[in-house]
Amino acid sequence: MDIRLNNISHSYDDFEVMRDISLEISSGEIVCIVGPSGCGKSTLLRFIGGLERPSQGTVLQLGAPPKGCLNPLTYIFQDFALLPWRSVSGNVSLVLEDHGIKGAEAQKIIDDVLARTKLSDFAKALPKQLSGGMKQRVAIARALAVNPAVMLMDEPLSALDAQTRELLMDDLVDLWTRQPFTAVYVTHNLAEAVRLGHRIVVLSRRPGQIREVVEIDKPLDEREFGDATLERAQKHLWQLMRDEARAADAELIHV
Amino acid sequence: MSEVAGNSETHGTNDNAAPGKGHAVSFRGGGFTPQSQPWIGFFVFVVLIVLAEWGTRTGWISALTLPRPSDVLQTFQELYESGLLFRHLGPSLSRLWVGAAIGVSIGISVGVLIGLFSYIRSGLVPVVAAIFPIPKIALLPLFVIWFGIGEGSKYALIAFGTFTPTVVATYGAVDNVDRTLIRMGQSFGLSWWSIIRKIVLPGAMPGILSGLRISLAIAIILLVAAEMLGAEYGIGAYILEAGSLYDLERLFAGVVILSLLGVLVSACIGLIERRLLSWRT
Repeated sequence: MDIRLNNISHSYDDFEVMRDISLEISSGEIVCIVGPSGCGKSTLLRFIGGLERPSQGTVLQLGAPPKGCLNPLTYIFQDFALLPWRSVSGNVSLVLEDHGIKGAEAQKIIDDVLARTKLSDFAKALPKQLSGGMKQRVAIARALAVNPAVMLMDEPLSALDAQTRELLMDDLVDLWTRQPFTAVYVTHNLAEAVRLGHRIVVLSRRPGQIREVVEIDKPLDEREFGDATLERAQKHLWQLMRDEARAADAELIHV
Repeated sequence: MSEVAGNSETHGTNDNAAPGKGHAVSFRGGGFTPQSQPWIGFFVFVVLIVLAEWGTRTGWISALTLPRPSDVLQTFQELYESGLLFRHLGPSLSRLWVGAAIGVSIGISVGVLIGLFSYIRSGLVPVVAAIFPIPKIALLPLFVIWFGIGEGSKYALIAFGTFTPTVVATYGAVDNVDRTLIRMGQSFGLSWWSIIRKIVLPGAMPGILSGLRISLAIAIILLVAAEMLGAEYGIGAYILEAGSLYDLERLFAGVVILSLLGVLVSACIGLIERRLLSWRT
């Protein structure tokens, strides 16, 4: 299943935040969206998953989601969004219950996704007992449980420290290598973008427009920490963004 | 004080300070983290009662000012031995239970609705604000006309009194439920009812339970008012009767029962909180 954005524009009252964004995300690829703060990258992600409506333009799903897919467009949030009153496995079963999956069938899915995110030993733990990295792995497990066609990741690693971020990036690459998934990955961290993105969409500052789409051909599992190709790409991205970021930083907040 | 001044001078001039020999950084953190010490509360009670007993025995406090605690205890014992205690306690507890159950359940439902829907919120928040400050006792004659002199008016009074604080606590609690959790529920395609049941209600539970502490204390206060009219038995009726006869021992025995009831209810809610809210950090 592919996603197509057709001429998305958005404004709050007469305050324009996004202008004429068109983009295609084909299945099996990870598209990173980077841009200075306030360029509307998280808003764009909420449009794609239907949590918000753009003023103009449409988001289209092309083709049917694969069989066994419970929730085609599935988010992973920056602040994890785990229910603190449910255990790790309870948080995963939350998203299965509404699809009528209970008992042994649910347990099978839960065991599988917890194993894939290396959480099997923590099934009964409450979120308050987990570190930030583990919490985000629970959120990833929960997303995997509904077998999504497209994962919408909103700065998933931004609330974590640098070491945990490296580890989770490795985990994400592992997950993708074993079973490629489609993802839109919003971040302000260029290192994450060059590490995980097949394509990197650079947005300008407000009103957000596509400045450039950078493609990185190197396969995900061959990308390593401190890779020269990635360094070059990251440098290029930073040159694109630098002035925009500075100007965005100096802007007054209107909202 | 002078020592402190002297120290700071040493610091300032730095003449007398021997190199390599500093002085300890003074501690200025700590405090502001009250911790519960269960026996202190008990101790305060004991001191107050012993003081009253001692005062009344020595004549320092006259018998008209305050009944002697040992006399109150004796009255209480008589009440217990005659079997009257449970004849009073039974109807009171059932009034409390039924009235509070009606008030709290309607209050939580209305509170959740106010917390969720703009129109209901705009319509009902002013109404709740208008009925909150009404002394419910003043409406007792009205309740008697509406619900009769029997149990109905008593249930209604207690229900009405617990309703408003429950509503206010509940909609405040629903407002405080983390919106990102609700968005998460929507993004996974959870039904509206599932979101309410699995996200909104558990998320609002801490606020609802702390509101319940206030509502149930108010229910106990209103018990006395509810038993003002047409009640033969009941703790409230017992207190009112003793009061009109200026029988201070019996009055105090009744008041102590209400106090104990309050402590018991509060302990019960504490227990529920520990069971239901163990997920809180």
